[in-house]
Amino acid sequence: MSAPVIAVSRLEKTYLTRAGSRIRALADVTLDIGDGEFVTIVGPSGCGKTTLLRILGGLLAASSGSVELLGRRISGPSRKVGMVFQDPVLLPWRTVLDNVMLPVVVLRLDRATYRRRARELLALVGLTGFEDKYPHELSGGMRQRVALARALVHDPALLLMDEPFGALDAMTREAMNLELQRIWRESGKTVAFITHSIPEAAFLGDRVIVMSPRPGRIVDVVSVELGRPRDLDMLGSDAFGVYTRKIRQMLGPKGWLE
Amino acid sequence: MSVVDDADAPAERLSPLEEFRRAPGAFIGRRPHVALVPLVLVVVVGAWESIVRIWHIPEFLVPAPSAIGRALVAGLTSRLYLEHFWITFYESLLGFLIAAAAGIACGTIIAQFRVVERTLYPYLVALQTLPKIAIAPLLIVWLGFGLSSKVVIAALVAFFPILVNVIVGLKTVDAGKLDLMRSLDASRWQTFRHVAFPNALPFVFAGLDIAIVFSVLGAIVGEFVGSQRGLGNLILQFHTSLDIAGMFAVLLLLAALGVGLHLVIQVIQRRVIFWAQADHVIGA
Repeated sequence: MSAPVIAVSRLEKTYLTRAGSRIRALADVTLDIGDGEFVTIVGPSGCGKTTLLRILGGLLAASSGSVELLGRRISGPSRKVGMVFQDPVLLPWRTVLDNVMLPVVVLRLDRATYRRRARELLALVGLTGFEDKYPHELSGGMRQRVALARALVHDPALLLMDEPFGALDAMTREAMNLELQRIWRESGKTVAFITHSIPEAAFLGDRVIVMSPRPGRIVDVVSVELGRPRDLDMLGSDAFGVYTRKIRQMLGPKGWLE
Repeated sequence: MSVVDDADAPAERLSPLEEFRRAPGAFIGRRPHVALVPLVLVVVVGAWESIVRIWHIPEFLVPAPSAIGRALVAGLTSRLYLEHFWITFYESLLGFLIAAAAGIACGTIIAQFRVVERTLYPYLVALQTLPKIAIAPLLIVWLGFGLSSKVVIAALVAFFPILVNVIVGLKTVDAGKLDLMRSLDASRWQTFRHVAFPNALPFVFAGLDIAIVFSVLGAIVGEFVGSQRGLGNLILQFHTSLDIAGMFAVLLLLAALGVGLHLVIQVIQRRVIFWAQADHVIGA
């Protein structure tokens, strides 16, 4: 295997609360993510998965341990990373195309070249014809597609996604999962995807990282050996059921979920 | 591929005018206030007129609406009112523009630098609680009976709502947008330009809307305290001669001035911050 895109080793994160007590959010997390791999991270609320993603994105500093992106220690946000948040966080005063162009403007890349790329990405996420609309004219699913195109526009090596479809209804969410799988296959990006949905984690991931509640640690890593592209019929298959049961058992008995 | 989830996208809406043209009855049925608002005016004015006539109330106490109307028409045709109107309009507008420029500039600086904010905060609170129009006599002493003293009073009264809203607007940026900019390693200036400033605009307009009405108030109070011309001065003249109908006529002009300026702000606001509704924003 080629050098990992992300190499996390013995990562610890401790917060100091206002009251002065220490909260251990992440404990001894070690994890490699390979080039082009789709890794999903699943765990109950408060297990530190968002903290982990924010450290990978350079938005938070680790307390100890090392985190490397493409062989370099992460010291802050990197243009080699694209982030998709729980909310689409579009700027309401910018058109769809201009929202996708935001990283290009901020990173001072060549606008003419990247405008073409932005249009191609909007086509890739199925929003051709919506370039000049404003966010308030779009549905929730469409907004998250714009956010996805924005995260990809500056051609990052790594895509970090923090429960991006959590706010969508079940049908839209399944459709978005199919879309994301297709976009991932077409773009060849490395993806780290956080979710608290077990089926979503198993459906999307090459590997599913299962995390425990606070302090968050990796309980197990499940390799999902199902063919690609996966389709919605597969959700009802026995093979898929084996994986989701396995993950649920790791989370379930101690009452971590629900 | 097909877009699977655009079913919940907002549908296109008819303009109210188009709706009225298609079915006037149904249009009013859905919006009874369209008929009720003018009806209230007719009832109140009618009752006023009748009461004054039936009980023969003298005009120097309460003039009938018809007498006020006559005074207004006479004043407008003799151009007497208009001359004073333009004076007050000029004082208010100039004062407002100065307040807007100063308020936006000062608010931006205060919101950017914590040291400046912490240093000036106690003084701002003190000035905020001080009734600014109480300074009017002092300004008349310093600047005289001409237009400049009125412009300064109008600007002073209009300054604070703008300042406060600019500061609040620049500081009320949702964490998600800031995270997004941080994830792109955006500079402070980029974050200000692309996120904080446009984000503040709805607040700024809420402040401007309050300020424009305040600036008229400032100009009138300035004219009360010491002036040679203007609608405030005209009210004092009518007060001396007990021309109550004339006073009401001037009040109508003042109301028209206030409403007119407010509508101008609304029109500009709708074009500039097309993405936001004014009611999502707090006032001063």
